[in-house]
Amino acid sequence: MSAILPPAERLWWKHPLDRVEGTWIVIAFVWCMILVFMMVFWHLYGRQNLSTETYATTADAFRTRAEAWAEKYTVRVDDTTGQPVVAPPEGGDAYIIARLWSFWPTLELEKGKTYRLHLSSLDYNHGFSLQPVNINIQVVPGYEHVVTVTPNQSGTYSIVCNEFCGIGHHTMVGRLYVK
Amino acid sequence: MSIATTYRTCPRSGLQFEAGAEKLIIANAVAAVVFLLIGGLLALGVALTRWPAVHWLQPDTFYQVLTAHGIDMLIFWIIFFEIAVLYFCSSTLLRCRLATPRIAWLAFALMLVGAIVNNYAVYKGGSSVMMTSYVPMMAEPSFYLGLILFAVGALVGCFVFFGTLVVAKRDKTYEGSVPLVTFGAITAAIIAVFTIASGAIILVPTWLLSLGVIDKVDPLIYRMIWWAFGHSSQQINVAAHVSIWYLVAAVVFGAKPMSERVSRGAFLLYILFLQLASAHHLLADPGLSTNWKVVNTSYFMYFAVLASMIHGLTVPGAMEVAQRQKGYTRGLYEWLRRAPWGNPTFSGVFIAIIGFGFLGGISGVMMGTEQLNMIIHNTIYVPGHFHATVVVGTTLTFMALTYYLIPTLFRREMINPGLARMQPYLFGFSMYFFCLVMMGAGTLGVSRRHWDMAFSGMPMAYEWPGAAYLMMGLVGISAVAAIAGGAIYIYVTVGSLLWGKRIDGGAASLSSKPTPLMAPAAVAQGYGSQGFAAPGTFLLAMVFLVAFILYYFVNWKYLSTVWGLS
Repeated sequence: MSAILPPAERLWWKHPLDRVEGTWIVIAFVWCMILVFMMVFWHLYGRQNLSTETYATTADAFRTRAEAWAEKYTVRVDDTTGQPVVAPPEGGDAYIIARLWSFWPTLELEKGKTYRLHLSSLDYNHGFSLQPVNINIQVVPGYEHVVTVTPNQSGTYSIVCNEFCGIGHHTMVGRLYVK
Repeated sequence: MSIATTYRTCPRSGLQFEAGAEKLIIANAVAAVVFLLIGGLLALGVALTRWPAVHWLQPDTFYQVLTAHGIDMLIFWIIFFEIAVLYFCSSTLLRCRLATPRIAWLAFALMLVGAIVNNYAVYKGGSSVMMTSYVPMMAEPSFYLGLILFAVGALVGCFVFFGTLVVAKRDKTYEGSVPLVTFGAITAAIIAVFTIASGAIILVPTWLLSLGVIDKVDPLIYRMIWWAFGHSSQQINVAAHVSIWYLVAAVVFGAKPMSERVSRGAFLLYILFLQLASAHHLLADPGLSTNWKVVNTSYFMYFAVLASMIHGLTVPGAMEVAQRQKGYTRGLYEWLRRAPWGNPTFSGVFIAIIGFGFLGGISGVMMGTEQLNMIIHNTIYVPGHFHATVVVGTTLTFMALTYYLIPTLFRREMINPGLARMQPYLFGFSMYFFCLVMMGAGTLGVSRRHWDMAFSGMPMAYEWPGAAYLMMGLVGISAVAAIAGGAIYIYVTVGSLLWGKRIDGGAASLSSKPTPLMAPAAVAQGYGSQGFAAPGTFLLAMVFLVAFILYYFVNWKYLSTVWGLS
């Protein structure tokens, strides 16, 4: 019962390893290095890396900017949602305001084109969970996160809030179109 | 210096219990089980609401119940039990008295009061902020105050543990180095100090914010420091339950560690790197650099993962070597077939080891990979993962240990041993299934902490695929089965304490000095010279590795199909 007794050998650290342990440590170590390598590799060659571009902001500043932008690029009002549908130009900025309990406005993007998506919250933490592609980004108040996105399939997408944000959390869902 | 106390030596196990330590171990373990009971009842509410066909509770009650379930299970049940384990691993295994028993009782009282204050705040309403309580969403001041009191109590408990190590060293109650299990407990206690300090650094300002004394706590800073508390507290569990695995291997099989150097080295890696995991929760956040994310999420360079992979081999490896020495040498797995599967202490631990590795370990690395996190963050995959680590890994291990402690520590015969025998299988396997279907639903994107996946009445409702509903139904069914398993555990343990036949636990000593252990004979105790001592375990480890590699690259493949992000 020696795991609950002091080691019998005083110089236990000099005891040689069994081959089972030695071999496994080498294999596990190599695998761990591969795990590190993959993250770096994907930054160099992968196409899905989360941007780190972030600015400190305030609820008022972000809302004012997003609303001015939306006014400029609104193309219609959505029948089902009642929200303005905003279609930004290729390579341009797109804004989504997360607040209790909605995402505003509805974006209309084009497949294969790239946009600079600005995300921030006006109140609590929210979750930007784009379905059904299943891309999930945390939205933190006071921080404007600029994520470059390139939709690769057209269709109607939903943005589900997946960070708990109070009693109306489960009603917080938005929409996004890709032409 | 000798203090008036008595010792008894348990005739079944040979363990020597000091009277003061024994009472404290019992008190902490009993408080733990009470919170497990509360948390288990709350689990029923969570499970029956997330099961779409049942959808039991109203939203306000659901979020309240979910908040309390998280805190009662992840903090109160586990940390109370861990304090009991710390006292056991110091006073009992080192055969000495517990340092400052009065202060240890003060620690217990603080923890108990804190836990009650926090629970009361949640049930009163106005504090349904989830366990994470991200600012600027605010709970009642008493919510934070309860947590702070509990944390201070736990911190004091850790220092009683450290003090006991000093007492043992000074009174020379053991020779040479501390036992491996105690070494693991020291690892857990060191991580606990870091964890609790982080908790204090962020919860004290948040408490002041809730009282209106200060006017801002930055939401991102809160997330980073809170997770140094929230995630690291789960790392205390890892160190504690791995220590118990070694303990159970020793008491059930008489197994020695394959090599002290390897196992202690792996614990050392935990001390050095395990705390970095705060980053796991921030990979989808703004404001943090890529370098920071890569270095921290990988525990520097996956050195803590390496440590867990080592323990995952050396614990069953030690069991295999012990069994082979008893003559179970036929084929690769006679040692395992002839293991005492009817002993819940063994079966619980073995089911915990396999589930922790295959389900909890592999899924943890997926979520902790910077880019893969984007297809997992805040989906129900996350609770799928941590139920595999904290419930299958830690809770099942603690349950298994309890079965061992009923006759030795509590001096009672177990009531209904037949129920106890099947309990780890019912609880363990239904939790395996629960975690798998939860991760399945998460892979389809289903959100965690969400009352209504149907978005009833919402014009923009998102319709989840049918498979997601099926998985969430299975989550509900397997959760109910697991809760039944938990209920059996509570019935057997509490029942044994109340109605179990008293058994002779050894007379109290007349002297207030502990009986020293006879010096162990200086024989070679590792297996270094035996060649390839545990081939069966090695093959199991290779199966694990292949599963790990396949699943890892399947996830990269999945990631490569989503929108381009840069």
